[in-house]
Amino acid sequence: MEATHVHGAEHAHEHHPSGIMRWITTTNHKDIGTLYLWFSLIMFFTGGVMALVIRAELFQPGLQVTEPEFYNQLVTMHGLVMVFGAIMPAFVGFANWQIPLMIGAPDMAFARMNNWSFWLLPPAALLLIGSFFVPGGATAAGWTLYAPLSVQMGVGMDMAIFAVHIMGISSIMGAINIITTVLNMRAPGMTLMKMPLFCWTWLITAYLLIAVMPVLAGAVTMILTDRHFGTHFFNAAYGGDPIIYQHVFWFFGHPEVYIMILPAFGIVSQVIPTFARKPLFGYASMVYATASIAILSFIVWAHHMFVTGMPVAGQLYFMYATMLIAVPTGVKVFNWVATMFKGSMTFETPMLWATGFIFVFTMGGFTGLMLAIAPLDIQLQETYYVVAHFHYVLVAGSLFALFAGTYYWLPKWTGHMYDEKLGKWHFWLSMISFNVAFFPQHFLGLAGMPRRMPDYALQFANFNEVSTIGAMVFGFSQLILLWVVLKAIRGGEKAPAKVWEGAEGLEWTVPSPAPHHTFEEPPVVK
Amino acid sequence: MRQDYKTRLPAIALMLWSGLSVAQEASRINLQPPVTKVAERVYDLHTLMLYICLGIFVVVFGVMFYSIYAHRKSRGAVAAQFHENTNVEILWTVIPLLILLGMAWPATSTLLEARDTSAPDLTIKVTGYQWKWGYDYIKGEGEGIRFVSNLATPQEQIRNQAPKGPNYLLEVDNPLVVPVGKKVRILTTANDVIHAWAVPAFGVKQDAIPGFIRDTWFRAEKEGIYRGQCSELCGKDHGFMPIEVHVVSPEKYSAWVEEQKKKMAAAADDPGKSYTLEELTARGEKVYAANCVACHQANGKGAPPAFPPLDGSQVVLGPKEAQIQTVVQGRPGTAMPAFGKQLNAVEIAAVITYTRNAWSNRTGQAIQPAEVAGVKTAGK
Repeated sequence: MEATHVHGAEHAHEHHPSGIMRWITTTNHKDIGTLYLWFSLIMFFTGGVMALVIRAELFQPGLQVTEPEFYNQLVTMHGLVMVFGAIMPAFVGFANWQIPLMIGAPDMAFARMNNWSFWLLPPAALLLIGSFFVPGGATAAGWTLYAPLSVQMGVGMDMAIFAVHIMGISSIMGAINIITTVLNMRAPGMTLMKMPLFCWTWLITAYLLIAVMPVLAGAVTMILTDRHFGTHFFNAAYGGDPIIYQHVFWFFGHPEVYIMILPAFGIVSQVIPTFARKPLFGYASMVYATASIAILSFIVWAHHMFVTGMPVAGQLYFMYATMLIAVPTGVKVFNWVATMFKGSMTFETPMLWATGFIFVFTMGGFTGLMLAIAPLDIQLQETYYVVAHFHYVLVAGSLFALFAGTYYWLPKWTGHMYDEKLGKWHFWLSMISFNVAFFPQHFLGLAGMPRRMPDYALQFANFNEVSTIGAMVFGFSQLILLWVVLKAIRGGEKAPAKVWEGAEGLEWTVPSPAPHHTFEEPPVVK
Repeated sequence: MRQDYKTRLPAIALMLWSGLSVAQEASRINLQPPVTKVAERVYDLHTLMLYICLGIFVVVFGVMFYSIYAHRKSRGAVAAQFHENTNVEILWTVIPLLILLGMAWPATSTLLEARDTSAPDLTIKVTGYQWKWGYDYIKGEGEGIRFVSNLATPQEQIRNQAPKGPNYLLEVDNPLVVPVGKKVRILTTANDVIHAWAVPAFGVKQDAIPGFIRDTWFRAEKEGIYRGQCSELCGKDHGFMPIEVHVVSPEKYSAWVEEQKKKMAAAADDPGKSYTLEELTARGEKVYAANCVACHQANGKGAPPAFPPLDGSQVVLGPKEAQIQTVVQGRPGTAMPAFGKQLNAVEIAAVITYTRNAWSNRTGQAIQPAEVAGVKTAGK
């Protein structure tokens, strides 16, 4: 929609299809970035509605809102929609908009493939959401789709498998595009070690995507053939093994966790120095820390499987390897804090989100360390402690960083300043309600409440009530974001080229809104 | 409840930090009171970790919030331009490594103890079914005892039509009974999908995997009733298959074993006998209530399409061989399990007879155990 502003400029020298065809045929990285961001926002609200139904059911003991089977469908689809529909495409949207602008490239390397990567997503989303309406409903095997439970499901499972296939292809094409763009299209003088950190984190993320998306595709394909074509990969009666699925899935799943957090690190590493008016404390060590996290992510997968009964030597190895991840992650947090130290800080909305990110993400890091300790994990696995943990790193981590980035670059995208007052409301309401919703879940998990259950014993009632209230406030607070974005698109104070006093980088050298075509002549970086 | 104030402190600090007024919840914000050595070590490990994390929290966020307070532009702070300092960077890599080593040591020894299942006094096989637990005492005192453990909470409580009891969703009809102070080795397996057998007070959680045997152990040091729940998503009624363990004195345990043996002898079914229609439907109704209602519902209407109705069903009203086959061997690829290994021939004959004569199904047919036994042996 922000395109209405750039439309005029572009018409002067080019003829493009207009209306809906403009969006369907577009090969422009800014248009495609916009499409990705709107798509992920829609999916975010879709998954959010599912979360609120889940929390409504859990408001009190007993079954009130959903039947157990439908509850399991909601839990499963909430996970799939948020991971594959909201968080991942949102980061790709940021990559599309920002990477060419930040490295001084005129567009992404493969412009037509870029169009195709996006347009694969809507059909995948339709398959996924549509599965609610087929006989038997959506898959209810959890977002991890563990066999043999997933083999039992109805046709909704097949639709989810195809949706995962399509989204995987989209991700791989997007990743190839990003790697090629970053490696080949940087402006003269921009060496890799001068590149903005956001581009670095995305470069590494893209390699992770190419490495693990095919693994996920393989895992779900094995489920598909077990379901329909007489194979028995996961059936012990025929020499298969249900646990093999988990190994393959988590070989994808753990790097996937970093796919969703590394670009978030990148965004935060752009925002903090801008508002501290001070260079990032350790640029090189941030790059090395990102790479270390990515490499470690391949050798820790079975810490998700400590209760499957693997040999004790295996448990020890995966425990030690997992604990190691705390080191590079710690380096990142220390770097951000050291950047803030002795800065000259102001707290506009992007900085609030970035600071909030460091605070709550680190909380998620602490619980992650707890869960890395195998004997503790055995006690806490499949409880609400884990639910609290991954919402602290995925919502307070990835999502808060996405919000930081949205407020940071929104003036560049729309040409208008967003409403600062509304942005602050959005931040404080989200920050407080998020903690009200998820902090009590640590206690629930410690006391032994298992996850993925529509009903619970009476001693868990109070904290669940608190959690539901927090979740409702959090959910509805997100409408403020929609309001802020729509308001900024429609008008407001004109944004200058360099929106923020302390901002550095090529994207701030082009006017706001960024014209349809930028850097047709490459800039020179000293 | 463990009333040790010191071990509570960090949890209480965190709770206060969270800004919630939940003082009355003080007993519910930590791990359950441990009753085994392993659970106790896990409890202490958690407390230790909490202290360490709290320390790091205070240092890191102390610096951050100090900066937020002191180094802001509105207070006239001018940005320093320093960056990169090798000494600092080495320091904040090495110190966390040392802290991790300090954590790894107690974690390793706890794990080694938790996984040492050797030399048990009693071995019990636990089988996960959708959605109940089966227990077989396979070695030690009580060898040969086997029973199935179902949720005892009535549907009316779950549906909010009756007030909820104190052990809502955590109570079963036949609890697992073990002697206090004895090392109990638990073998886990499953019949259909992956389940997990967990009792938090024992520090025990182990996946039950179809087609594989895994093991874990506990030595309960205090008599009492301890409760847990299935801890791996296993389908529709995953939330409704609790675990209830009664830890009793060795004398009480011996008495319980005697009682069970007598009960089993009395209840032994005779698959060669011919039963009347009334006997079979009466028995079948019980078998149906324990094994079939979760999916096919008490009124036989099921929950199509995943769980087809039995009332008016072509299979139930059709040739009996086909129905026997379905019940004994299950329907691969659907939620219908093979009951051939869970139920004996009398029970299967009874439940089939019941479905053929319940609701609007009025066939008047009685299926005899011998007919079931034929299919059972043919299927093997």
